[in-house]
Amino acid sequence: MEDLASNYAHIKGWGIDADPKNEPTYPMKNYTGDDHRRLNYEKPPQQPVNVEVLHSNERPGITAVFGTSSPPSGMSGAIRRYAFKFSESEYGHWLPLLFADRVNVVEGIIDDLKRGYVPNILAEKGWNAEWKYNRKGLITKLAVGALVTATAVALLCRSNSNEDED
Amino acid sequence: MLAMNYRGPFRVRVDHKPYPEIQHPQDAIVRVTRSCICGSDLHLYHGLVPDTRVGMTFGHEFIGVVEEIGSSVQNLKVGDHVLVPFNIACGTCSFCKQGLYGNCHESNPEATAVGGIYGYSHTAGGYDGGQAEYVRVPFADVGPMVIPADIHPDDAVLLTDVVPTGYQAAEMGGIKPGDTVVVFGAGPVGIMAAKCAWLFGAGRVIVIDHLEYRLDFVRTYAQCEAYNFRSMQDPVLFLKKATDFYGADVCIDAVGGDAAGSALQTITGRKLMLQAGSATALHWAINSVKKGGIVSVVGVYGPTDNLIPIGNVVNKGITIRANQASVKRLLPRLIEHVQAGRIDPKGIVTHRVPLEEVSDAYHIFSAKLDNCIKTILIPPSARV
Ligand SMILES: [Zn+2]
Ligand SMILES: [Zn+2]
Repeated sequence: MEDLASNYAHIKGWGIDADPKNEPTYPMKNYTGDDHRRLNYEKPPQQPVNVEVLHSNERPGITAVFGTSSPPSGMSGAIRRYAFKFSESEYGHWLPLLFADRVNVVEGIIDDLKRGYVPNILAEKGWNAEWKYNRKGLITKLAVGALVTATAVALLCRSNSNEDED
Repeated sequence: MLAMNYRGPFRVRVDHKPYPEIQHPQDAIVRVTRSCICGSDLHLYHGLVPDTRVGMTFGHEFIGVVEEIGSSVQNLKVGDHVLVPFNIACGTCSFCKQGLYGNCHESNPEATAVGGIYGYSHTAGGYDGGQAEYVRVPFADVGPMVIPADIHPDDAVLLTDVVPTGYQAAEMGGIKPGDTVVVFGAGPVGIMAAKCAWLFGAGRVIVIDHLEYRLDFVRTYAQCEAYNFRSMQDPVLFLKKATDFYGADVCIDAVGGDAAGSALQTITGRKLMLQAGSATALHWAINSVKKGGIVSVVGVYGPTDNLIPIGNVVNKGITIRANQASVKRLLPRLIEHVQAGRIDPKGIVTHRVPLEEVSDAYHIFSAKLDNCIKTILIPPSARV
């Protein structure tokens, strides 16, 4: 170890936490030996439940504390409630949640508009930074977008006129 | 107060939101002085984490001044400048008792597989995070720690996640003096894991990434070898050759579900979301480690299925260790390392941005613009 250490003199603190007993079990080293007691610990006081909290069906009831950020609401909320009928082990839980997230995005835009606020989606996507640090990439992206749109419009017009002829 | 507001994939902005309130006798309200954008926030930003609801505030890496405390908080007082570990932990459940603060059973009703985390979707408890002027901190006697006078605030904010996660990645690798350690990913956590591998006596540290600016950075910062997998036909073969056709002693996955590098994994994991993230880095780690070696995983993956080469895990006799870092357990030791100059956390900060410019800050980090490694957000209330 001393010989090895001299090879690493340029690295401050080399080997300082090396411990021959360092098996990769550190995160469990404080194992108390009575883990079989499971949920028999003294539970902290319960945070009052004043919003709707969905909870995993793999646990009894809700935890002592929880976040109150964005309670389920609307169509996305209904999908989320459905998702929580399934365990965390099932696609039935996670796929509906991901779908609800997408529905929630549309709800978010509707909410903004209802409040009389028109979201500046380009600014929200950080396109100011794109303009500053990746101008060429942004211009290419826009040009490709415009080209694709123009082509699509042209194709649509042509198929429409074809239909007219029939 | 001003707070970051998630509006959907790739869309965030700053809005006025109500001040957080004490909701539990062990709560505190903290006025944020600095928060960070983390690589794992990008998984949320990209819409990959289920139950990320519109209107949430992200941010699990923050420090701040205690503004208000609940009736039963004893270890903190108003005016203390504290660093807040990203895990919300009760300190009394049987997991917290073992030091597994990242696995607390009383902080996240929505899932049992992960504990409560600030600003990390409802799957991690539905808490608003610290990319705001004020934040609610539950179990204030357990997590927060008063920042020692000789610790710089920029170092303190990196001690809430990046440093402990990198350190625990190396620790879980069970590194023995002289071992060859390969770190996949040169983001902030990978950089820190490479740095900390030396503290456990690594003989050789190799970092794999695909962004040249990050590779340059990690070579200097962590005094290691660093290679671009885009210039290799096969990273696993490259690493076998680099280790006398033996394999690395320890491999660390510091990437998680947003990994680039494998078309199949990208399409199934990130585009179609049929997997809980693209498991490219984990795949490479399992296949490049020696027989009987250890793979340590701190990269964030989603909860359901992943295509991983479990046959090779069995046949090679690999030990896989993985967890969210138990920040509180590691803090005392890490503070000693920072004080002694063995780790320089603030050395990885490349961007300091006002909270109001959060949309641009996320885009810069996500699109890897302007050689961004780590961004600190400063709320207006911390600038006066
Ligand atoms: Zn983080
Ligand atoms: Zn706990």
